[in-house]
Amino acid sequence: MEIIQQLVNGVSLGSIYALIALGYTMVYGIVKLINFAHGDVFMVGAFIGFYSITVFDLGFFPALLISMTACAVLGVLIERIAYKPLRNATRIAALITAIGVSLFIEYGTIFVRGAQPEAYPGNIIPAKSIEILGVKISTQSLLILGTSLFLMVLLQFIVHKTKIGKAMRAVSHDMDAARLMGINVNNTISATFAIGSALAGAAGVIFGVYYTKIEPLMGIIPGLKAFVAAVLGGIGIIPGAMAGGLLLGVIESLVSAAGFSLWRDGVAFVVLILILIFRPAGLFGKNIREKV
Amino acid sequence: MAVNIFKNARGFWTSIVLAVIFGVIMQFLITGGTLNAFYVNTLFFIGINIILAVSLHLIIGITGQFSIGHAGFLAVGAYASAIITMKLQLPFWLGIMTGGVAAAIAGLIIGIPTLRLKGDYLAIATLGFGEIVRIVFLNMDYVGGASGMTVSHLTTWPWLFGCVLLTILVIVNFTNSTYGRACISIRENEIAADAMGINTTYYKVTAFVIGSFFAGIAGALYAHNFYIIQPTNFGFLKSFDILIFVVLGGLGSMSGAMIAAIFLTIISTFLQSYPEVRMVIYSLVLIIMMIYRPQGLLGTREITSFLKAGKSAKGGVNSDSKNTVA
Repeated sequence: MEIIQQLVNGVSLGSIYALIALGYTMVYGIVKLINFAHGDVFMVGAFIGFYSITVFDLGFFPALLISMTACAVLGVLIERIAYKPLRNATRIAALITAIGVSLFIEYGTIFVRGAQPEAYPGNIIPAKSIEILGVKISTQSLLILGTSLFLMVLLQFIVHKTKIGKAMRAVSHDMDAARLMGINVNNTISATFAIGSALAGAAGVIFGVYYTKIEPLMGIIPGLKAFVAAVLGGIGIIPGAMAGGLLLGVIESLVSAAGFSLWRDGVAFVVLILILIFRPAGLFGKNIREKV
Repeated sequence: MAVNIFKNARGFWTSIVLAVIFGVIMQFLITGGTLNAFYVNTLFFIGINIILAVSLHLIIGITGQFSIGHAGFLAVGAYASAIITMKLQLPFWLGIMTGGVAAAIAGLIIGIPTLRLKGDYLAIATLGFGEIVRIVFLNMDYVGGASGMTVSHLTTWPWLFGCVLLTILVIVNFTNSTYGRACISIRENEIAADAMGINTTYYKVTAFVIGSFFAGIAGALYAHNFYIIQPTNFGFLKSFDILIFVVLGGLGSMSGAMIAAIFLTIISTFLQSYPEVRMVIYSLVLIIMMIYRPQGLLGTREITSFLKAGKSAKGGVNSDSKNTVA
């Protein structure tokens, strides 16, 4: 039963990774940029959720919505100010800018409010647990899982059934051809950043509720791990990011369960290096021939 | 032609003599007490950062391999040398050598599989490697785990200066050798280099191992300058610090990387009490730099190329080719 308990924890953690990984993978799919600042958008989302709950006395869902909206705006701002001027620059220049934006958000937050951590109030979600076949599942885990799954389904709907989703798929397939077909590429890229960042904001609130402690540098490690999850599933592929996130969460929980909890942070990077060496296109990816 | 070689050799020896004179003068200033402890400390910081910047410059600026896990090699060098001097009670020079060699071995182990990756993937893989190194030291009780390891202060100016000079000499000569040319061709266009018969993996790994070796030496000096080393000193923020030197100075310009290392070390010493202000400034500089001058302050040129402006371009690192690191 212990192992099933760990699996449940792993899936909860993995759904948070998956939500962040979705933003990475969408942005990478469309502008071929590793948005290092994504983990920090997640952190900002957690703080906005925290302040809406403690200062404005809101419940979980309104806080989630506010945080998602604010993060969407932040994502679009980052894209417009920092990344858009570099769209035709070298990949390295874009990557360095992304690192710069990430550091700026982290230390800007510390500069504004200090580095001290905050604790999410514990009574937002009634902490009951349901016992199914001897496995205790807390209502928190269920709510987290439900919210994440709902958001993922919603994302699939947006990407596959709406006009903006169609535009996103077209731009990620071939940006120039999409522009020739009359698609407003700039708006589509902004929309991608908005959606990805909103998901990261949601992940931030969920993380805060689940783990209670938040701090300005909390986005770095989950951000990197979510990137690992995106690479694991095949970067640029939306179902891949979900599967990669869940898989990584489960792997980490199993490693903790096996008694190596201090090594947990290292496992993600070992997974990353292994996947990059043996299957660089990711689990769901196709190999693409290099063209001269 | 012969005159040219003679001139180059003379320039080479002149700069070495000048450097040694500078080193001796500084030694007298330090022992004579003209420089107080604060300045000496800053000077040591600058020296260590120059070694780091120049070694990463070889990997990113010359070979074009975007590695952001350099602090991992620094950590390997620091811990390996500290084990030699503190646990085994062996002399400091052996500690420095061991630090370099251990980091070079780590570079070889991580370089062979990951250097097959390109661009973004390589960056992430090296970042992951840096984190793994940190976590390994965090979990090693032999070296004190999270609370760190006390190290006696052995880094002196002659050691530091000698190592800086050695690093610069080796990397300049490497860059100007056939190896360096091969590495530059990989930076410019890997597929074309491959098509011209260059064993790209071999040269990439060679440059990576040499870069890691010097990072390890810097780690040895770093460890013996601080009384204590902890895994938290070697997180990816440290890697980014080193990366900023190289990017700011100009990808492909060694003197640029050195100038950036000197300049930023001095700035960060003065902003020591306000670490978050320092990082906000760093990050803004990075973003603005990438938007308005993505090739860095000097581009791929060296500071010496400004002195002999008008003479024919020498090619290689000194050529005015536009920045094509990607």
